Amino acid sequence: MSEDVHLSQISMNFGSFRAVDNVDVTIKPGEFFSFLGPSGCGKTTILRLISGFMEPTEGAIKIGGKDMRGIRPNARPTALIFQNLALFPLMPIWENITFGLEVRGVPKTIRRAKAEELLQLVDLHDSADKRVSQLSGGQKQRVAIARALAVEPKVMLLDEPLSALDLKLRQHMRAELRAIQKRTGVTFIYITHDQGEALAMSDRVGVMSQGVLQQVATPQEIYNNPTNGFVASFVGENNVFTGRVKSASDGVAVFETPKGDFSAKLGQNISVGDVSKLYVRPEFCTLHREADAKANSLMVEVSEIAFEGNFVNVFVKDRSGDTHMVQVQNDPSVPPPALHSSCHMVFNPASCMILAEAKAGRTGH
Amino acid sequence: MQELIRRYGISLSVIMAAMTAFWLLALVVIPNLVLFKFSFRLYLPVDQLGGPNDVYTLKNYITFFDSPIHINVFFSTIMYSSMVTVICLIVTYPIAYMLAKVLKPTDTATFFLILLIPLWVSEILRSFAWFIILSAQGPLNALLAGIGLIEKPIRWITGFQAVVVGLVYAYILFMLLPIYNAIQALDTNQIEASQDLGASVWRTHWRVVIPHSKPGIASGCVMVFMLCAGSVVVPSTLASTNSRWFTEIIQQWMFEGLDWNVGSAYAFLLLALCIVFVSLVMRLLNVRLVDIAK
Repeated sequence: MSEDVHLSQISMNFGSFRAVDNVDVTIKPGEFFSFLGPSGCGKTTILRLISGFMEPTEGAIKIGGKDMRGIRPNARPTALIFQNLALFPLMPIWENITFGLEVRGVPKTIRRAKAEELLQLVDLHDSADKRVSQLSGGQKQRVAIARALAVEPKVMLLDEPLSALDLKLRQHMRAELRAIQKRTGVTFIYITHDQGEALAMSDRVGVMSQGVLQQVATPQEIYNNPTNGFVASFVGENNVFTGRVKSASDGVAVFETPKGDFSAKLGQNISVGDVSKLYVRPEFCTLHREADAKANSLMVEVSEIAFEGNFVNVFVKDRSGDTHMVQVQNDPSVPPPALHSSCHMVFNPASCMILAEAKAGRTGH
Repeated sequence: MQELIRRYGISLSVIMAAMTAFWLLALVVIPNLVLFKFSFRLYLPVDQLGGPNDVYTLKNYITFFDSPIHINVFFSTIMYSSMVTVICLIVTYPIAYMLAKVLKPTDTATFFLILLIPLWVSEILRSFAWFIILSAQGPLNALLAGIGLIEKPIRWITGFQAVVVGLVYAYILFMLLPIYNAIQALDTNQIEASQDLGASVWRTHWRVVIPHSKPGIASGCVMVFMLCAGSVVVPSTLASTNSRWFTEIIQQWMFEGLDWNVGSAYAFLLLALCIVFVSLVMRLLNVRLVDIAK
């Protein structure tokens, strides 16, 4: 049913611009894999390379072990869901869904039955004879999914299909997509710039920047153990300190900054003496009256409190005027410190990391 | 109208509306009504005008149906106009698709300029250019003889073939532009979606591109057909002795026979029958007038 997708050191140049730079990853059969990155990072190019609308400048794409070079989009075992869905407005819904079967010469009665079956699968009853313009955004979404599933693809490619929906519907469709993927067992490759989507739906996430795949890991791993500064700052919030690695032992380093020395985990490709950055997530920071000798602490003053509902973002200023963020759970019995009060921002060495910059791309070209 | 006033103010709006109304009434509607009245009256000597013989009659129209030669010319005009329309459609569709979806926008601009420049030359000169190209001692025969394809010159200007060539050349852009517009308005993702779902190039055109561009195709066909059927210059330049165009007969009635009454009747017959023919074809292709107006 599903196949693995192997991107073997693929690169894509547009003139002198390197959109995709030496990406090498294997996506397992039946996996929900997301490419996450800012716009212009090359993720859409990767999708177009897999679907066959472009051929990579270097490297090979293999689906189920078969090299795809020279195979046209209409002969590849992939189905693409476009960002704007690209449903055919002049065909009724059922013809839209079974277009892929029509071109394979499947007789009309079988197609009609298949359309009904797929409409059941995506939870859209009684819509077979409607026009595309009669459906809501979420319903069109489901039709697009059904149309792609109709050709029984080995691999489904999704190009930010939820970006046009409103927040509530988007969250609902996330769960829906995930459920459809589990039910059908098809390999899903999902493109998004929305970290929430990528983390919530994926088995694994590949974070991209400047055409380079920065890290491939499970959502937990991406969030808790980013391998470089780009991944850390693109996924989730951070307090960042710039400084120099003073000493290190057993993976724990002393990091010297103008605000004082901090202990932190030492990331990859960093050694003693390097100038680098320390990252700590706001939810791993706490505010106390007293400094904590066993942890890192910094004298701060509360400058702003933003109540977000289930949590509270407390913005604090240190003595040199830099702002940091501390995130605390909303608990009426333990209110956050008062505005303009002085306190200590405390963060555990185990939850801060010294990380190198992003892997460089688009150079030497 | 309110939108017009809001945007340009009352005085400018009135001037614009008045000019449009003048053009429509004074230059289109009234002359046609005058000719329409002519077509029901007889061609009489001046002293009999207003006399007992000056009556409204269908005699001018009956003249046409009594003349097998004129009926024959009428149907060959319709037939060859249809042929020109089909040739224009077949030639322009791939070009329009290429301009709209394949070429880069900068190249499209250059291409359009190249296509439009010949339009700056008057229709008479362009028809006459084809007369020279197709003549027995002309460049086409010289070329074909030069590369050894023919031994003695071919007579191109015979029957309707030179007329068809000239008309295709004269009106092909009226086919290209509406189809280009229609295809350009198609979301490229739809073409790619069709391919991605396994459709061949032909199937994608048949099921996605052509249905979408049908209004453009229909408006191109209507324009080219009407222009062909109503063309005077091209047929009179490129026709031979055995090929006459219906407009030439109208012209003969009006300017050689000086009988404006029969001439008008023939002109209205041409108009009416062309409208019937176009409506039939539109019904057949399931296109509505509203789609074309877009």
